Amino acid sequence: MKTFTIGGVHPPENKLSKDAAIVALEIPKSVSIPISQHLGVPAVPIVEKGAKVKTGQLIAKGEAFISANIHSSVSGTVSKIDEVIDTSGYKRKAVIIDVEGDEWEAEIDRTADLKKECNLTPEEIIKKVNEKGIVGMGGATFPSHVKLIVPKGKKAEVLIINGVECEPYLTSDHRVMLERAEEMLVGISIQMKALGVEKAIIGIENNKPDAIEHVKKIAANYKGITVEALKVKYPQGGEKQLIKALINREVPSGKLPIEVGAVVHNVGTALAVYEAVQKNKPLIERVVTVTGVNVAKPSNFMVRIGTPVSALLEAAGGVPENTGKVVNGGPMMGKALNNLEAPVTKGTSGILLFPQVASSRKPLHNCIRCGKCITVCCMGLEPYFLAVLAEKNKVEDCESNRIMDCIECGSCLYICPSGRPLLDNMRVGKSKVGQLMRSRASN
Amino acid sequence: MSLLTVSGSPHVYSKESVSKIMYGVILSLVPAMLVSFYFFGLSAILLTLTAVVSCMAFEFIIQKYLIKGPMTVFDGSAIITGILLAFNVPSSLPLWMIVIGSAVAIGMGKMTFGGLGKNPFNPALVGRVFLLISFPVDMTTWPKPTEFSTNLVDVVSGPTPLAVIKEGVAAGRPVSELMAEVPEYVQMLFGNMGGSIGEISALALLIGGIYMLIRKIITWHIPVAYLGSVMIFGGILWFVNPEVYIDPVFHLITGGMMLGALYMATDMVTSPMSYKGMIIFGIGCGILTMVIRVFGAYPEGVSFAILIMNAFVPLINTYVKPKRFGEVVKNG
Repeated sequence: MKTFTIGGVHPPENKLSKDAAIVALEIPKSVSIPISQHLGVPAVPIVEKGAKVKTGQLIAKGEAFISANIHSSVSGTVSKIDEVIDTSGYKRKAVIIDVEGDEWEAEIDRTADLKKECNLTPEEIIKKVNEKGIVGMGGATFPSHVKLIVPKGKKAEVLIINGVECEPYLTSDHRVMLERAEEMLVGISIQMKALGVEKAIIGIENNKPDAIEHVKKIAANYKGITVEALKVKYPQGGEKQLIKALINREVPSGKLPIEVGAVVHNVGTALAVYEAVQKNKPLIERVVTVTGVNVAKPSNFMVRIGTPVSALLEAAGGVPENTGKVVNGGPMMGKALNNLEAPVTKGTSGILLFPQVASSRKPLHNCIRCGKCITVCCMGLEPYFLAVLAEKNKVEDCESNRIMDCIECGSCLYICPSGRPLLDNMRVGKSKVGQLMRSRASN
Repeated sequence: MSLLTVSGSPHVYSKESVSKIMYGVILSLVPAMLVSFYFFGLSAILLTLTAVVSCMAFEFIIQKYLIKGPMTVFDGSAIITGILLAFNVPSSLPLWMIVIGSAVAIGMGKMTFGGLGKNPFNPALVGRVFLLISFPVDMTTWPKPTEFSTNLVDVVSGPTPLAVIKEGVAAGRPVSELMAEVPEYVQMLFGNMGGSIGEISALALLIGGIYMLIRKIITWHIPVAYLGSVMIFGGILWFVNPEVYIDPVFHLITGGMMLGALYMATDMVTSPMSYKGMIIFGIGCGILTMVIRVFGAYPEGVSFAILIMNAFVPLINTYVKPKRFGEVVKNG
C-alpha cells in the first residue's frame, strides 16, 4: 500500500467521532466574523455598523491577489466592527452581527438537488470560486482560486484530493466523504475543468475503509477520478507528503506542488467549490469535529462561521470538569485556545479537548542524541541540530540546514524521549530566517 | 474548569522516555548477565553489583555536590555504565579496582561533560581503557570459565582464544595447529571461553541485540556495518593466507566483538545521528578493530576502535546529512 517514504509517526488515531453524522448546529444569537480567516492579506469590510445583512451577503472584500472575500453567515444587523480574540489568541478585526431570523440571499440555491452539469468556462469557475470566498479547508486556508490558476510556463497534470485526514481525532473530512461524496465529486470535476487536467486522485488513509469504499463506488461514474487507499502514517496529509505518496514525485525545496505538475485540494474544499459554483453559496459554514476522550458526545457539526467555540462545546455535552487544554484543530498541528469565545473560522476543522493530566508536556531531560527526531522528520531534516542552532541564534546556519523546509508537523517533538522543545525552537529559527530573507530581498 | 493550558503544537506525545530506553537496554543485557553468572559464578555477580552501585553513587555525589543539577541517578544510564564496565573486565579483577574504574567512567567519562547526553566518549569504555592501562596484569588475567563456580580464589587462568592465536602466529606457528588450542566454535558461541565477564557469549548478546532492535532502541545500521566490515576485512586476509590469518567467523564470536558492536558502538550518545553516519561509523569501528587485532600490539581492539571512532562522531554529524526531501527530484 502506498505511503510517503521519509519519516513519519503513527500516533494513536482516537477517531472517537467517526460514526457521528454531521448535525447542523443551532445558529447563535450573535456571530463575530473575522476579516482575516485566510492566508494572505485581510479582507476590507464593506458594511457599517447598523447595516442589515442577509445570510450569504458579502461583508468584506478580498482586494489583493492572495486574499479572500468574507460573507455573512447569518442574517441580522451589524452591531459593531471591533477587535475580538480569534482562534490564534490575538486580537483581530471582526464584523459582529446580531442574528435576526435566517434570511438568505435570493441567488443561493438552498435545495438539496444535485446539480451535475457545469457549463462555465475555466475563467468563470475561477472567478466564482474567488467571489464566494473559498479557501483551503484543510487548515492552511490558502485562497482556493489562486491554486486553480496555473502559473505561466507551468502545466498542471493531476489534481490531488486530500481525504487523508491524518490528524488523530479529527473526522470532519471523513464525514464529508461519507455524507456528501456525490457533491464533492462534482466539485472535483469542476476543479479539474478549471485546471484543465484529465486526472484526479483522491487519497484516503485505510483507517477509513467505509469512506474508501463509498467514494470509490460513486467515483466510478466520474471520468478520470480515481481513489487510492493509503497506509496510515502522519503527516500524510501534508501536501508534499501526499504528492510523494500518490504519484511518487518530490516537490523541490521551496517550490510549490505545481512544479511537479500537481495541485492539491482538500475534500472539504471540493465540496465548497461545488456549492459556490453550482449553488451560488459562499463559504459561510463548515464541518467542525468536537471531540476529546472526556467529551460526552463527540460530534461533527455543520457550523456557521463566526459561531463561538463555546456554543459547539455546549452542544457536544459541555466542557468536562477536568479539561486542561482546548485545541483548535488536530492534536499534532492544532493551536491551543486561550479563550472559548473565539469564533469558528473557515480553517477550523475541529475543537479538541484534553484533560488536565494530558495537557502538559513530558518532563525535560538532556538530549540523549538518539536520533529519533531525524528518523521521523518527514522532510529529512535534523530537528535536534536545528533547534540548537536556533537557540544559539545561528540564523545563517539554520538557513543552510534547510530550516525553511520544516512543515511544522510536530513529529520530532512527538517522538522525543527527552521532551526537548524541538519544534518550538525551530519556529523561532524559522521566523528569524524569514526576517533575514525579507531583509535580503528588500536590499 | 481551571485555567486553560496554552502551548505550541503538538499536543500529544509518544510514550518514549529516557528511562524507558535505558531500562530497555538493561533488560536486554539480562541474558548475557545470566551467562556470565553461570560461567564465572559469584565473582561475576559481585563485580557487576559493585560496578553498578559505585557508578550510581559517583553520579549521585557529583550531581548533588559538584554540578548541583537535577537528580539523574535513576534514569538508568548509570546502571548501564556499571553493567557494561563490569562486562568488560575479567572476573578475577579485585573489587577495589572496579570501584576506581567506575569513578573514572562516571566522573571523567560522563559527568565532566555535563552528564547524560553530553559525553563524547562511551563512559564504560573510558573506565575500561583506564583500568587496562593502569592495571595491565589484572586486566589481562583471564580465569577459565567453570560452571557454577563459587570460588573467589585459586581460579585457573589462561589466555583468551584471541591471545592464543595472536601469540601463536607471532611465534611462527600456523593457524591450523593453533586451532586445537581454542574451544570449538559452538562452545565459544555459548560463551565457554576465557574473556571478560560479559563478552563471552555471542549468542546471549545477540538475543539482547535483537530485543533492542524490536524495541527500536537501536537500529541495524551500526551493528551490521561493524560486523559486516569485520567479516569482509577478515575474510580478505583469510583468503590471502589462512595459515597466518584466522577466519572471519572466529573474529566475530571472540573477544568483545559482539558486546562492542551491539552495545558499545550503538550507544546513542556517542554514535552518529543519521543512518548514513551510523554506517560510516560502523565501518570505521570494524576496520580499526581488525587493524588493532591483526597488526597491533593488543590481541583485542574493540574498545580502542570504538573510542577512536567516538572522536569522529562530531565530524561525521557535521558532514553526513540525512537525505533531504526534495533534494533529488525524481519525476515518474
